[in-house]
Amino acid sequence: MTARRFGFGRPLLALVIIGVAVIAAFPLVWMVLSSLKTPQESMQVPPVWLPRSPNFEAYREVSDVIDAGRSMLNSAIIATSATLGILITSLMAGYAFAKYSFKGRDTLFAIMIATMFLPPIVTLIPLYRIVSEMGLAGTLFGVILPQLGNAFGIFLMRQFIAGVPNDLIDAARVDGASELRVLFTVVAPAIVPAIAALALFAFTFHWNTYLWPLTVLQGNTDNYPIVLSLGRLLSYNRGAMNAGFVMAGATLAVLPPLVLFVFLQKFFVDSMVSTGVKG
Amino acid sequence: MASVKLERVSKSYEALTVLENIDLEIADGEFCVFVGPSGCGKSTLLRMIAGLEDISSGTLWIGERKVNALSPKERGIAMVFQSYALYPHRTVRGNMEFGLKLSRLPRAEIDRRVAKAAKMLQIEHLLDRRPSQLSGGQRQRAAIGRAVVRDPSVFLFDEPLSNLDAALRVSTRREIADLHRTLGATMIYVTHDQVEAMTLADRIVVLSDGVIQQVGTPLDLYATPANLFVARFIGSAQMNVMNATVAGLSNDTITLDVAGLGAVLIPALGRVPLEGDRVSFGIRPEHLAVDPEGPYRARAEAAENLGDHVLVEAGLPDGEPVLLKCGATARIARGDQMNFRLNGVDAHLFDADGLRISPAPGHEPTEPV
Repeated sequence: MTARRFGFGRPLLALVIIGVAVIAAFPLVWMVLSSLKTPQESMQVPPVWLPRSPNFEAYREVSDVIDAGRSMLNSAIIATSATLGILITSLMAGYAFAKYSFKGRDTLFAIMIATMFLPPIVTLIPLYRIVSEMGLAGTLFGVILPQLGNAFGIFLMRQFIAGVPNDLIDAARVDGASELRVLFTVVAPAIVPAIAALALFAFTFHWNTYLWPLTVLQGNTDNYPIVLSLGRLLSYNRGAMNAGFVMAGATLAVLPPLVLFVFLQKFFVDSMVSTGVKG
Repeated sequence: MASVKLERVSKSYEALTVLENIDLEIADGEFCVFVGPSGCGKSTLLRMIAGLEDISSGTLWIGERKVNALSPKERGIAMVFQSYALYPHRTVRGNMEFGLKLSRLPRAEIDRRVAKAAKMLQIEHLLDRRPSQLSGGQRQRAAIGRAVVRDPSVFLFDEPLSNLDAALRVSTRREIADLHRTLGATMIYVTHDQVEAMTLADRIVVLSDGVIQQVGTPLDLYATPANLFVARFIGSAQMNVMNATVAGLSNDTITLDVAGLGAVLIPALGRVPLEGDRVSFGIRPEHLAVDPEGPYRARAEAAENLGDHVLVEAGLPDGEPVLLKCGATARIARGDQMNFRLNGVDAHLFDADGLRISPAPGHEPTEPV
């Protein structure tokens, strides 16, 4: 019975999965194809699916309007710094919440969790005022500083670290490891998949974040990350809409997180296999 | 190597006291086993010696040093955990080297120590494997290797054999005993298995409810248990304990009226109770002999043939249960009526508080019947 059900269900399941994959991939493929079209092709109705003579004209135009390299570098600085900061602070706080006993621990954890339910828009202005008071308005550091800690990251790390056996930590302490060394050389390697997942979430989020850099940077376009620069592409081209031009910018913007994702996806699988529990 | 000395050591978590006024001296090179039921505080005591738990009050000495405030790495100890606690992302070699690298030992010295320990434990061929590629016994040896390379003053073992199967437990037990002989190191070993305690220990510390019940050699504990708890805990078939009243006293004999047995004469070898005192009468199953001419009667309720002996669970005429350990050839079935005898010299007497009255320390029991 089971074999028959699987025999019938598997192709169906495969069809559904393929369908979902096509739907998910379509915008990405459309974006890349559009960036290779001529302005006429990209605006044509009914749409042209494949460019007749693919060209990189749109990319050249992008670099005429914005300093794409500089914007990418700004994005990379913001996303990498925020990701590293989040990983370090989340690991440290998650370790403390998971493995230390101290007065008020659970209350503190509950308060921290509660901050996850605060809409970011509510904290935008107070946070801006703090950053501004510190003289960091318009700077990359001002964009990065408030993003170095993250309640979700702490929550995620705490959950995974709680599953690391206490004996392992004690063994490292007996071996003479300091608490930081215990955390980074014994605990962290035991939860690599979770760290990779958090790194991916954090990097993608901070690569794509728009409102906060827009608020802090105050029109200082030199420090604009690529997402804000894309906004400039749209406004630059208002009146003579050229989708291919915007799509070229978007393709550039999407590349780094995409590469990171492909890399980490492989890493996920590797780490899952190597840490697999064997009886 | 070093001695370990605990002076009035206590451990409490807020209002809950888990260990109270522990006084204990473990000699240099001694193999000391902490034994007791789950929750008795034996692992907590070991962790306090390791420095993994704070000491609430009292003083702990390792060698000549007071170590209360020292971190585990400063105490000169190494510990083997029940779960092995091998670092899963490091090879066996990596596991063994970890502590040595932290101590900043020269590379050549690290290699020398790892090679020596690996040879001693016969794990040379496993050095480049990860823990997930090892069997339970191999993991345990790797964990012991990690302790050995550190050349500690004191080895601490926290139920290291619990996760092994029965056959492996016996062979690993022997290897640990050999290791102790080879290294001559001070070893403190925690177990809930009294067979492990009896076979490995120079001295056993019996703990219950956070208090030391008795400290002594395995034979001391078996022959002269200090109280009812130790009497029941030590011995692989539990000691029979029955209520009794002191019916008569003479110069060298105490006459007891034992529930289910009637009059039993035992030699007055220790503290002498008063006539009329309510006491507990204890006798080990191996000291009850099935004998058709014996003065006591019981009805077999169950018989377990264990190959080299038969353990009979029987009911005395008043319904009290009694355990008898019979020879392998005994043919006893459920429902059989049987007679048995005992030798009063093998009896243990405890007062109303459960403390031993007789026999006196140093008394040796007769050969099991």
